[in-house]
This record gives sequence, structure tokens and C-alpha cells, in this order.
Amino acid sequence: MDLSHIFNLKKTAVTLISAVFLSVISVNASAQQQAEADSISAAKVEHAPEGEKEESISQTILHHIADSHEWHFWGHDEHKVSLPLPVILWTNNGPVSFLYSKHDKDEHAKTVFTENGQNLVNFHGKFFYASAQPNAHGEYIEVDKANEVVNAKPLDLSITKNVVSLLISAAVLLIVFISVANAYKTRVGKAPKGLQSMLEPIILFVRDDIAKPQLGYRYAAFMPYLLTVFFFVWLNNLMGLVPFFPGGANVTGNIAVTMMLAVCTFVLTTVNGNKNYWGHVFKPHVPWWLYPLMIPVEIIGLFTKPIALMIRLFANITAGHILILSLISLIFILKSVFVAGVAVPFVIFISVIELVVGFIQAFIFTILSALFIGMAVEEHAEH
Amino acid sequence: MLLALNPLVSPDPGLLIWSTVAFLILFFLLSKYAWKPIVKALDERERSIEDALAKAEMAKEEMAKLTNENEQLLKQARIERDAILKEAKELKDQIVSDAKTSAQTEGAKMIEKARHEIENQKVAAMAEVKNQVATLSLQIAEKVLRKQFEDQNKQDALVSDLLKEVKLN
Repeated sequence: MDLSHIFNLKKTAVTLISAVFLSVISVNASAQQQAEADSISAAKVEHAPEGEKEESISQTILHHIADSHEWHFWGHDEHKVSLPLPVILWTNNGPVSFLYSKHDKDEHAKTVFTENGQNLVNFHGKFFYASAQPNAHGEYIEVDKANEVVNAKPLDLSITKNVVSLLISAAVLLIVFISVANAYKTRVGKAPKGLQSMLEPIILFVRDDIAKPQLGYRYAAFMPYLLTVFFFVWLNNLMGLVPFFPGGANVTGNIAVTMMLAVCTFVLTTVNGNKNYWGHVFKPHVPWWLYPLMIPVEIIGLFTKPIALMIRLFANITAGHILILSLISLIFILKSVFVAGVAVPFVIFISVIELVVGFIQAFIFTILSALFIGMAVEEHAEH
Repeated sequence: MLLALNPLVSPDPGLLIWSTVAFLILFFLLSKYAWKPIVKALDERERSIEDALAKAEMAKEEMAKLTNENEQLLKQARIERDAILKEAKELKDQIVSDAKTSAQTEGAKMIEKARHEIENQKVAAMAEVKNQVATLSLQIAEKVLRKQFEDQNKQDALVSDLLKEVKLN
């Protein structure tokens, strides 16, 4: 009798959760569709020739994935509704700061503006020092053969969309986990409850399935780092899947963020590396005449590990975003609303996979960090 | 070409700096105010559960030991009781048989004694009877003789008889 009752309860909960997910995802899909519709129609106005359509769609997709100085909601050009974010530039004359809305009218470097005595232009959301003369297209920039801007640019320390998103997720993590920690303090010796009981299995998962197998008895010292990385990556992965305001930024799909995380793991590995670890690098277990080959390989290995971490997370999350955006772009490439009947179910399917990928990538990043640190602190190499 | 075109794979220094700052602050705050107490509480709870389980196991063992001891004691008591009973029975049998033997010997002895006494008594009685008979015979003889010899004639006859007898010899 009791068991069947619990079973029913779980079934209802599962149904409820999947219903919520599905509804969020369909909102996601339709909102993205809306945003795409705006940006692509605008793009089409600018690039009249048909041949440039694919180019404009890939530009749009890249624009959606890239960082930005504003939190774009909908509309384009004069109909644009967005949250402008503060721009902070470290120019030759010192720091300059203004809201992006001040200089967002022209993103094609055709008008030069002056801040703190510096002539600057806005080219696709990036700020450059303006050239003295406009080029053939009337743009105050110089481009090389690869279509790269060669103008010098001030150091951009802006609070961008990704920075805001990162701060929001940091705040969420702080609020959630400090309240959970308080629950542990006030409910000593009692069974977990609410948020605490929801997160406890995940914390135990990080401890028992990630930290302990890789680090052995030394796991306790690295628990704070592993837990922070795990929840930081996971939350940002999930927030990236939410299409509207607090989410939608591609934080963990940005190489700067994954680079920062990989560097943290690299620093921990290097700082904690013991005699055995460095011995393995500089005195590998091979005949001496192989040293000229092995030592460089081992040294390269030190760096490839964090680089693999960086690329893996960046590529997985970015690929997921590109996939979803591409499926929606199909509607505009094929110019038929009926394509949505195929594209939207696919988007839902991929979004569900992305939910799983978001967790798996957080898990992989954490377990590999633990593994690398574990290799560095291991007392005797197992050969 | 792809690398040059794609701004995605060139890390933005501004974001790199801000994300590092934000992540490090997050890491220190979470470590101090969240992970430390949470991990400690989890460890403590696990330890207390383990302790409780170990104690329960110990109590169970103690209980089993006690039960075992009790049983042993009971068994021993039973054995002892049986031994005592057996001994008592043996003792009783011994006593009974002893009593029987001693009674028999005593009885035999008494019978022997009684027979002896009877024999003695019989001998004594016979002697008495003999004496009595002798006395009586003598008295009778005396009385007969006296009666016989109250008359002179008879005395003379007797003497003459005797004398006749002497002559025959």
C-alpha cells in the first residue's frame, strides 16, 4: 500500500517537472524565433542580394552567441528594445565610461565620436580608434585582406552581457548555497528539508563520485573548488538555455570564461604538484636517450590538459546554441512558416539534449579538474 | 581563415578579467560561508550515523553474548542439577542397600544369638529337668522305699532275697 503511494507521487512529480521543462523550452523556441525574425528581416533589408543571405544568417547566429554591450530583447535599429550596459574603455588618455545607448546608433563605424579627447568608432559593437580618413565604404576604419579591422582599440573592460549574466548567476549561487549552509547550521542532526534536500544529493555526488575517486583521502581540501566549479558551470549552462532576460547569455560558451576556469584548474594543479608529479615531467620513466623527446612532450602535456578543458566546455555549449539557432534559421532560409512544424520539434528535442549536456559538461569539467589535481598530488605513480 | 573570421575563439580580455574577479570572489565567499559548513555538517552527520550503527551492532553483539552466557549458565545449572540428583539417588540407593545388608547381618546375628540362647536355655532347661527328674526320682524312690520298709516282714523278705541272690553268685 505505502509503496504504490510513493510511486504515484514520484510519477506525478516527474510529469510535473517535464511539463515545466517542455513549456520553458517551447517558450524558448518561440522567443528565439521572434528574435530571429527581427534580426534576419533587418539583415535582409541591408543585404539585398540573395547570395548574401546565408552569410547574414551565420552573422546573426554568431552575433547571438557572442558577447554584447547591451541586453537585446527585441526589435532592430530604431525599434530596438534593449537594456544598455555600461561600457568601460581604457584608452590612451585613461579610463572612459558611458552607457552603450549613448553610441549605439551607428554600429558601422561611419560616425566618429569623441570621448575623453579620443576619436572612437563603434564597429559591430566593438570600439576602435577612428582612422583619420574614411575608407571606400565611408567607414572610419582600415581592414586587411582577411576583412579584419587593423585599427588599434582601447582595452575594453565593459560590463558586458556575459559579465552581468555571470554576476547574476554568482548572486544566485551565493544566495542559494548560503541559505542551504544556514539550513545545515540550524537543523543540526536533522533530516534535510526543502532546497537543502534537493541540493544535498548533488553535493554528495560531487564528493563521492567526483572528488573521492580521483583525490582519495586528500579530497577535502579541494572540495570547495570542485563544488564551486561544478555549480558555476552547471548553472551558467542552464541559464544559457533560458532565452529571456536573466538567461540567454552564452557564458560557458564563451572562450574567455572557459579559459578562466581552465586556468584556475591549471594553477591548482601546478601549485599542488608534488615531487612525484614534477619528477614524472622532468625525469620520465623511459631510457635516458628518450629524454629529449619525452620531456618536451610532458611539458606540452601540462598545457594541453587545461586547454582541452577550455575547448571542450566552450565547444559543447556553443555547438548546442548554434544548433538551436540554426534549426530556427531554417525557417528563414527556406522562407516557409511550415518549416517551423519540423524545426520547432527539433529545437525542443535538441533543447532537452542540451539540458543533459549542460549537466554532463559540468560533471566532465569537474571530474577532469579533480583528475588533474589528483595526478598532481598522487604520492606514487601507478605503473 | 576560420580563426580570423570567428570572434568566438579569441578570448576577450575584459570578460576574462571580470570573470576571473567574479569567479574568485564567488569561490572565496562560497568556500567560507557555504561549502565549509555544508561539508562539515555532512561529515558530522555521516559520522554520527556510522557511530549509531556501530553502537547498535555492538549492543546486538552484547545482547547475543549475554543470551549465550545465560544459556551457558542455564545449561551448566541443568547439568549440575542432574549431577546432584544422580548423586542423591546413588546415595539413597547406597543407604538403602547398606541398610538392607546391615539389617540382614544384624538379623542373622540376632537369629544366631537367639538360637544360641535357645540352645543354652534348652540345655539349661534339660539340666534342670534332669535335676528335677533326679530329685523327683530320688524322692519317689525314697518314698517308695520308705513305704516298703515300714513293715518288718518285707524287710526280712528282701534281706532273704538278697541273700539268695548272693548265693547264686
